[in-house]
Amino acid sequence: MPRKTYVAAIQEALAEEMRRDSRVFLIGEDVRIGVFPSTRGLHAEFGNQRVIDTPISELAVAGAGIGAAITGLRPIVDLMFGTFLYLAFDQIANQAGAMRYMYGGQTMAPLVFMAQNGAGSSAGHHHSQAVHQFFMNMPQIKVILPSTPYDGKGLLKSAIRDDNPVLFLHSLALGGKRGDVPAEEYLIPIGLADIKRAGRDVTICSAGPTVQTALDAAKILEGEGVDAEVIDLRSLSPWDKGTVLASVAKTGRFVAVDESFPTCSAASEWCATVAEEAFHQLRAPVQRVTNKDVPMPFSPVLEQAALPSAADVIAAVRETLA
Amino acid sequence: MHHRDISLDVVLDIYTRVLRIRRFEEEVARLFRQGQLPGFVHLYIGEEAVAAGVCAALTNEDTIVSTHRGHGHVIAKGGDIKRMMAELFGKATGYCKGKGGSMHIADFGIGMLGAIGIVGGGLPIAVGAGLSAWYTGSDRVSVCFFGDGAANEGSFHESLNLASTLALPVIFVCENNQYGEFTPAANAMNITDIADRAVAYGIPGVVADGVDALEMHRITRAAVKRARAGGGPTLIEAKTHRRGSHAEGEEAFLGGQTYRDEAETAAAQANDPLLLLHTYVSEQDIAPAERLETLDADITRLVAEAVAAARNSPEPGIETVFEDLWL
Repeated sequence: MPRKTYVAAIQEALAEEMRRDSRVFLIGEDVRIGVFPSTRGLHAEFGNQRVIDTPISELAVAGAGIGAAITGLRPIVDLMFGTFLYLAFDQIANQAGAMRYMYGGQTMAPLVFMAQNGAGSSAGHHHSQAVHQFFMNMPQIKVILPSTPYDGKGLLKSAIRDDNPVLFLHSLALGGKRGDVPAEEYLIPIGLADIKRAGRDVTICSAGPTVQTALDAAKILEGEGVDAEVIDLRSLSPWDKGTVLASVAKTGRFVAVDESFPTCSAASEWCATVAEEAFHQLRAPVQRVTNKDVPMPFSPVLEQAALPSAADVIAAVRETLA
Repeated sequence: MHHRDISLDVVLDIYTRVLRIRRFEEEVARLFRQGQLPGFVHLYIGEEAVAAGVCAALTNEDTIVSTHRGHGHVIAKGGDIKRMMAELFGKATGYCKGKGGSMHIADFGIGMLGAIGIVGGGLPIAVGAGLSAWYTGSDRVSVCFFGDGAANEGSFHESLNLASTLALPVIFVCENNQYGEFTPAANAMNITDIADRAVAYGIPGVVADGVDALEMHRITRAAVKRARAGGGPTLIEAKTHRRGSHAEGEEAFLGGQTYRDEAETAAAQANDPLLLLHTYVSEQDIAPAERLETLDADITRLVAEAVAAARNSPEPGIETVFEDLWL
């Protein structure tokens, strides 16, 4: 099977879906050049009409995507950094997710918002935040955060074909990571988790870059005789409760690892659900491992200190075993 | 003033649209006072000439995006008064099955892409509808109604600039009704004409008498022609006047304070878009008085029927709270 980088897999998904469906187009700042470079090379193939460079106007570009979606097209709106989604909040929170419901089912908004999520490039607070938890809170926005090239490609293709607004978040930290990507076409359904490591003793739930953090911790724990199961949720809204609850039924212990600020983090939601729905199967209190409750610092040393680490995960797992 | 370039049929059509809006809104005001409507309603009385003149220059395929003060836009675009009234009552037979209400009426069948409750929220969406027309090679145009308040939002700047740089067929219709909620527009900007801002985007900016439906129509027609020909967007500032409140029942928010002087209100009442058009229609002998009276009676009856139908319509079933979600 060919090995591809995470970012190349995303680029491949975009190109394949644009070839497949002439209603699909890409719009955003510098999408022709392809900053990350998930959109690079698409302009050469698809031209000015389908790879549309815009001014730096996140709000208008997000809204233009919605307007195009409700009039029959299938836009992919590249907003570059997750933090730039804050500038487009009104269009995403008030319009995109709500329109279909608010107008009594008269319309649908089949579009993808795409942005880089989270830290890892020492870029300081304005370019290093994970934002997925905000959008998990909004009704009717699907949220995807893949951790591997394989998942990234399959989920982005599903997102583009989805008839609803989808926020596809990719990780700059994972951009160069390589993995197997089949040459033949495949799709991964939105809302389905993947067990990245099976285990008996504790369930570690993660998504995006924290999947690797969890796997690193699981490897060390293995040396201590602890067999951890690592779930990669892949989709954060809707999310695969079934897989998580089945795992907890087996292990009786739950640790949520999430690159969010702690209050109302994605981990908070996962833990609340496990506490509500699997309380009697738990042998220990649930544990959250998140960012520290501080803005994202610049220094590589401080940035690492602010993020959830394998050591944090190991400490949380030990709590559940105490 | 003569409007020889506007055919008599079109004049009568515009007159009908203005009258339908006026009678609908008058009834809504009554219903609200009687406590029959949930939520807030923002009436379009005094501004009817804008929606009527603009929409008469559009086809069914052309799209509009509206505001919290949107009833007039829906009616002018050809919306169904019965489904509108039912939506205002929050009933199952309403345009949005009771999920939208006064500030969120849409009719995708007639190119009415929705009223948006956030000031300035509709501008980017209208740009997207224009983008869609451009992308598919359609000669459809996209019209965005918004107020003087929205002209001070960041979305106004981003949207006009984006539409201009991509040369999209979007017509931005700013209804300068002189007030952003309770704040006079003059206190919220240091310019007289919002149309002047068009210069900043390299697009035409036109000041229109928003009380004169026929002038609104003529100016819109030119902007539509330009947009269809690939000439890009136009900003039209319609100088109009909000006759009544920001929202019906606004006294509850004002705590006895006032924000307008009576002379201004009286002057605006005298400069009434319906009266102006009625005078023109009568003086030009476009339709005999009896025909206009019949028209008025028909519209009044239609509105009364809409109210009766809305009252008699069922409440939405509780189970519908979980309908119209993800496809």
